[in-house]
Amino acid sequence: MDIVVVQFLTGLASASSLFLVASGLSIIFGVSRIVNFAHGSFYMLGAYLAWTLVERLPYGPLGFWGGIVGAAAIVALLGLVMEFVLLRRIYRAPELFQLLATFGVVLIVQDATLWLWGPQDLLGPRAPGLRGAVTILGQRFPQYDLLLIFIGPVVLALLWLLFTRTRWGTLVRAATQDREMVGALGVDQKLLFTTVFMLGSFLAGLGGALQLPRESVNLQMDLTIITDAFVVVVVGGMGSLGGAFLAALLIGVLHAFGIVVFPKITLVLIFLVMAVVLVLRPYGLMGRKPGPVAATVGLVTPLIGPTPRALVWLGLVAGALLVLAPLFVGDYTLTILSEMAILALFAASLHFMMGPGGMASFGHAAYFGLGAYAAALLMRQLGLGMPLGLIAAPLAGAAFGLLFGWFCVRLSGVYLAMLTLAFAQICWSVAFQWVELTGGDNGLLNILPSGWAQTRQGFYWLALVLSIAGILLLRWLIRTPFGHALRAARDNPLRAEAVGMAVGRLQWAGFAVAASFAGFAGGLYAYFKGSVFPTFISIPRSVDALLMVLLGGVDTLAGPIVGAVVYTGLHEQLMSLTDYWRAILGLIIVVLVVAFPQGLAGQARDWWLARNGGRA
Amino acid sequence: MKRREFLAAAAGATAAIGAPGILRAQPAPIRIGEINSYTAQPAFTLPYRNGWQLAAEEVNAAGGVLGRKIEVISRDDGGKPEDAVRLANELLANEKVDALCGTFLSNTGLAVSAFSKQNKKFFLAAEPLSDAVTWSQGHRYCFRLRASTYMQAAMLVEEAAKLPAKKWALVSPNYEYGQSAVKWFKELLKAKRPDVEFVVEQFPALGKIDAGATVQALAAANPEAIFNATFGPDLTNLVRQGNTRGLFEQRAVVSLLTGEPEYLDPLKDETPEGWIVTGYPWEAIDTAAHTTFRTAYQKRFNDYPRLGSVVGYQTIKAMAAIIAKAGDVDSEKLVDAARGISMDSPFGPLTFRAIDHQATMGAYVGKTALKGGKGVMIDWRYADGAKYLPDDATVKTLRPDAG
Repeated sequence: MDIVVVQFLTGLASASSLFLVASGLSIIFGVSRIVNFAHGSFYMLGAYLAWTLVERLPYGPLGFWGGIVGAAAIVALLGLVMEFVLLRRIYRAPELFQLLATFGVVLIVQDATLWLWGPQDLLGPRAPGLRGAVTILGQRFPQYDLLLIFIGPVVLALLWLLFTRTRWGTLVRAATQDREMVGALGVDQKLLFTTVFMLGSFLAGLGGALQLPRESVNLQMDLTIITDAFVVVVVGGMGSLGGAFLAALLIGVLHAFGIVVFPKITLVLIFLVMAVVLVLRPYGLMGRKPGPVAATVGLVTPLIGPTPRALVWLGLVAGALLVLAPLFVGDYTLTILSEMAILALFAASLHFMMGPGGMASFGHAAYFGLGAYAAALLMRQLGLGMPLGLIAAPLAGAAFGLLFGWFCVRLSGVYLAMLTLAFAQICWSVAFQWVELTGGDNGLLNILPSGWAQTRQGFYWLALVLSIAGILLLRWLIRTPFGHALRAARDNPLRAEAVGMAVGRLQWAGFAVAASFAGFAGGLYAYFKGSVFPTFISIPRSVDALLMVLLGGVDTLAGPIVGAVVYTGLHEQLMSLTDYWRAILGLIIVVLVVAFPQGLAGQARDWWLARNGGRA
Repeated sequence: MKRREFLAAAAGATAAIGAPGILRAQPAPIRIGEINSYTAQPAFTLPYRNGWQLAAEEVNAAGGVLGRKIEVISRDDGGKPEDAVRLANELLANEKVDALCGTFLSNTGLAVSAFSKQNKKFFLAAEPLSDAVTWSQGHRYCFRLRASTYMQAAMLVEEAAKLPAKKWALVSPNYEYGQSAVKWFKELLKAKRPDVEFVVEQFPALGKIDAGATVQALAAANPEAIFNATFGPDLTNLVRQGNTRGLFEQRAVVSLLTGEPEYLDPLKDETPEGWIVTGYPWEAIDTAAHTTFRTAYQKRFNDYPRLGSVVGYQTIKAMAAIIAKAGDVDSEKLVDAARGISMDSPFGPLTFRAIDHQATMGAYVGKTALKGGKGVMIDWRYADGAKYLPDDATVKTLRPDAG
């Protein structure tokens, strides 16, 4: 009994910390619709700044709490700078595009933090007056955690007062519901967005700073917290503070008890919770279904016509050059070109879902990894070689696409994206944990292609031909009646239903198609690398695919190819060139985002149209 | 990428005529490719890089090897095994390196090892602790410097078996290193002490420990002793919550890697006293070999050496020794030279065993203590790795191609 009480309290303390970070994220998303990856970076900066301030200031209640609040205030200013310099320029870009910019900021902050504070973990001082523990039912419980348990509800109450008792709060709530209308009524949206972003960043910074007496300050904090915070926001219902609080409680407490019963569950518990909640309540615990209007807000994506003749020629010339490439480039360049080809197919499969399908995925690596594991396991368990492996890979992708898609397509927008993430993480944890079958994190090694493809040239041609074939097939699908129907379902589900289309079925099929092509790319990748690891399914790989599609431009067919080539190329070149590749890659992404808010291929198309008189 | 290659090809003619003449003016350096997780694991790998830089400078100051300088071409794998494979490829194809070395995490180490097997290229794994590197996945071209999980667990079991404790709790990060540390610790301890039982196991996700809840779950089983294999931020958080909640009071703790400065120093005045740990008491080791190393390191970097520094330093020193003995940089000759080679190191003499390519570099086993507000190791001794490896017959069952 005593363990139950203390474990419950421990869960409450974690819940408070989670809530602080998640509330900031939720407020920012509610008003600006930005999926802010940099929120975790602000949390980390809050902790580092608090460490510096508290170490410098004289030790005592004033110095300590002054340092905590001071750190949060500095982070709020950094949020202001980011909003002012970066985000303000790209609010008009397509949905989710801002995510790319915030990801650039994540990379920059990672290197800046390493450079400023060094690689070693930092352990801050404990809170004055709260250094020890109290005894509850014979178990010791940290005094500071007791304080944290209270801070969560206090912040919730303050935010509630702010949002219901002030004019500013009323405007924020109005903007959360319908920001076009708020703008039409003459409210200065820019000021509103900036202040909201500051408040959100302040909460992230405060959340990080308050961890100082509990945990070490380290360079992994940003990515550790950001997925958890997203899960809390989504489980609670986007934009709902009460929901975020409830979700934080649920996850914090379940986690505390979960590890007593299933010690290995920490890997995946939070995603299991999210999957269950989203399947049962598609808009989170306290979220409301967005009105049908929300779906058509934003840009009207241009219709996709026949490929311009010039582009066909360009494609043919590029294709011919690529086929002949082994004659005049070295081995390593062929390796990179193979990787680009496979990842272009992977990105194209995500684009099929995101662009024509209108379903963004944060977990597309699931199908890529499942395809790779299918190929690898066939070889390992049954001794079957590449030809069968390359058939099994898309089948595995499709099978799981059908399974997960069935749940996902009932949702839309960020909820759908987060449910795909939950499924991906569940797959990842199985690959990670089922050591007997998958080799765990050490992966499956020596997955060799058939004899004739074992040379670099041989494999390059294989990868090139199959990837191009896959991409062309996807492009063809987009132009079939099925592809048109998918786009209709995306642009106006109500009308599509009204003319007799089964929107849910269409999207389900689209989901499975995208998953099968991702699986195929994964199978190729397994033979290409000669090994398969759980990292193939992990969040960074899903994010990479998302970045490629967004960087290229989500509403062009060439976008994913351009995005994959540019992103892979940059990544590869920078990693070999400099230690600070993250910061430079981040900066390049930020610059590209500001310069080309339609994506690279989107921008090229706009230029082309402007010069040749708009034939879409 | 493509364009760059195209330009290179276009400009190729002039370069092909001009460049070799310049290069031949002095013997071309021996090129060693090095891969590690610099951005993903900076706490260990940045001192590690200092270490190998120092070694390379020392080797070159002494005239290099085989009359040639050595040049280390280093790459960051970002902690991803698939990127490590790509970079190994790049180092081989573009940089034309003669041999490969490095890696930190077990999965990157195994991935590069598989690559080296496929390409028949010599690879010296520096840090990855996985037993698979030299046993189940061992092969002709791969050697390992650092004492493996098995060896370090065996060193701690020797001490743990002396404790009166019978009820043990285990806590370890949930990935290969942690799983095999726990497996060996249980197996080896049970062999020495059939009366022990393991009452609770906790496997927090690496880097994501929920320290409060984990500590409470461990305490609830009321063990007499605890075996810990967490390190880095997980360890720091575990210690802070454990101290506050009284987990370590009246309980013996046996802890892997905790005495390494990388992980001990962040604990500062919260360092728990009396833990039995493996590690590196850099201030206190006064053998001639170590003093020389420490002095040179402090002079060069104005910082004290971490364990990573020693591993990096000895990796390149070992490469130089192996190349010198082989008299060539051909991988087949390097392998033959490396099998059974003995050399000095800051930790004392070590040998790369012919049977499984594992170096006998040991670790220091001692107790943690607080001195002047920071953690140190006391009552330590050097545990020579050679004494903590299974007998040859067992190795042959563990390693398919042993012999």
